[in-house]
Amino acid sequence: MLLSNDEVSHIAWLARLGVTDAEVERFREELSVILEHFRALEELDTGNVPAATHASHLHNVFRDDVPVASLPRDEVLANAPDSQDFCFRVPPILE
Amino acid sequence: MTGNQLHTLSIHAAQKRLRSRELSARELTKACLEHLTRVEPRVHALLTVCAESALAQAEAADRALSSGSAAPLTGIPFIAKDVLCTRGITTTCGSRILEGFVPPYNATVIELLLNQHAVLLGKSNMDEFAMGSSTEHSAYFPTHNPWNLDCVPGGSSGGSAAALSADEALFSLGSDTGGSIRQPAGFCGVVGLKPTYGRVSRYGLVAFASSLDQIGPFTKDVEDCALVMNAIAGQCSRDATSAPVAVPDYTTSLTGDVRGLKIGVPREYFIEGMQPEVRRSVEDAIALLERMGASVHRDVSLPSTKYALAAYYIIAPSEASANLARYDGVKYGFARRLATTEESVNATRGEGFGQEVKRRIMLGTYALSAGYYDAYYLKAQKVRHLISDEFKRAFETYDVLAMPTSPTVAFPLGSKLNDPMQMYLSDVFTLPVNIAGIPALSLPCGFSGGLPVGLQLMADRFREDLLLKVGYAYEQATEWRLHRPEL
Repeated sequence: MLLSNDEVSHIAWLARLGVTDAEVERFREELSVILEHFRALEELDTGNVPAATHASHLHNVFRDDVPVASLPRDEVLANAPDSQDFCFRVPPILE
Repeated sequence: MTGNQLHTLSIHAAQKRLRSRELSARELTKACLEHLTRVEPRVHALLTVCAESALAQAEAADRALSSGSAAPLTGIPFIAKDVLCTRGITTTCGSRILEGFVPPYNATVIELLLNQHAVLLGKSNMDEFAMGSSTEHSAYFPTHNPWNLDCVPGGSSGGSAAALSADEALFSLGSDTGGSIRQPAGFCGVVGLKPTYGRVSRYGLVAFASSLDQIGPFTKDVEDCALVMNAIAGQCSRDATSAPVAVPDYTTSLTGDVRGLKIGVPREYFIEGMQPEVRRSVEDAIALLERMGASVHRDVSLPSTKYALAAYYIIAPSEASANLARYDGVKYGFARRLATTEESVNATRGEGFGQEVKRRIMLGTYALSAGYYDAYYLKAQKVRHLISDEFKRAFETYDVLAMPTSPTVAFPLGSKLNDPMQMYLSDVFTLPVNIAGIPALSLPCGFSGGLPVGLQLMADRFREDLLLKVGYAYEQATEWRLHRPEL
């Protein structure tokens, strides 16, 4: 097994994913099996190979900075779980 | 043809009848809606049916047809995967976390089709956030394969593939990040195209892995595929990755002539463990193309292929872990509110995402985390370079590559649900295409145990025309497209 329960809990915290103890145990087993398959890459010598970050042949893409209408505010806020005074409302971030 | 068979029409057949006004868009739309109402209780391909707006769109299409201002897809009913934003129509991406989300805008592909007065019948089921190969990871319900209701339709665009296979519409749209159009097209016996990265605008496509995602069509035959590509391909100011490459008229590729074309058959796609009837059907298809005048080369090798699966399952979850950070219960969708923002976000994501999505977010977060980045993500990107380079060199010699779409036909519902690695392996022949950003087509080439087999064709970047040329020639020389599931 490659992963410990503490590592799994730490990854879940980094990803801001609430997980139960049962999920930690399950992900530890499942992710360990998947990571084991990834070890196949170790046999491949990629020392001089450049990294490909994408499959596009484009480089910088520019456009003129022309103002256009944004999305209708009412329709956007209609999807919000909570809003007030044309803003998204969230619980306090600071104590 | 009687009214109750109109839903079985191809786009090109319907187009002629609509133009001559022997058929109205309203009649065609009603026929599809009535048929899907009959078969949906068994297939479960759709998350949303928009009958009322569809009939209104059909009436607008009839006005355009009468006034002579019709476009090629005017009056043609279609279904869109629920990963595509549709203004005013719920878009869930198969997830609880987007339950009730009503987009304030249309995806560019939807806008292009609605501007042509195509008719949107509904939104199709999918694996949550397009992560899966069976549509069983939908947060709502699994979709069934119309050829055998005990089998999966493939995924993640299983709803779009099953709906089309069941003749619920005349075409449908899906998205393909590692095979999510081609694999279900193969499993359901329809034509599915994953276009070149950048060929079709991704604006309004809910992001899974942004360097791999691409939208494409499911159609009943290759001619229809060309017609839909004519409508949706092209650069878009709202997607900076859409390519400034001219769009040809894809119907000009439909000549039926493959003489002189070079077809490569890479040996890495004919592996131990693939079903014998899949191998036989695909080899028969390649032999037929050879008899039709193509030159077939069976000594091709793409040696990095065996590393594609591992590279893909590092790259795609890494990108997904970043893309899905936006689901925090603040702007839209499911939200759990606790005392603090951090607790709220953890609970919203913990309860809103399903198991497969969580698994991939965990995997991606791990691969990108301090101490593991070089071993996983950077290594995978280097493998990506190797794979892309091998394809590039292959296409200096061959016009297309031919192989199976999947190593097996559709598998029974539930058979891989608790074994993520087995599920991932069902994408083994499709995901190298996304890694390299090239286009690939799946089309029916036979049956095994009553289930369809898919032939996959790959071509160089922006050479969809070659895929359609070879696909059309093969399709016209065979009768697989005429087979329909009994429902």
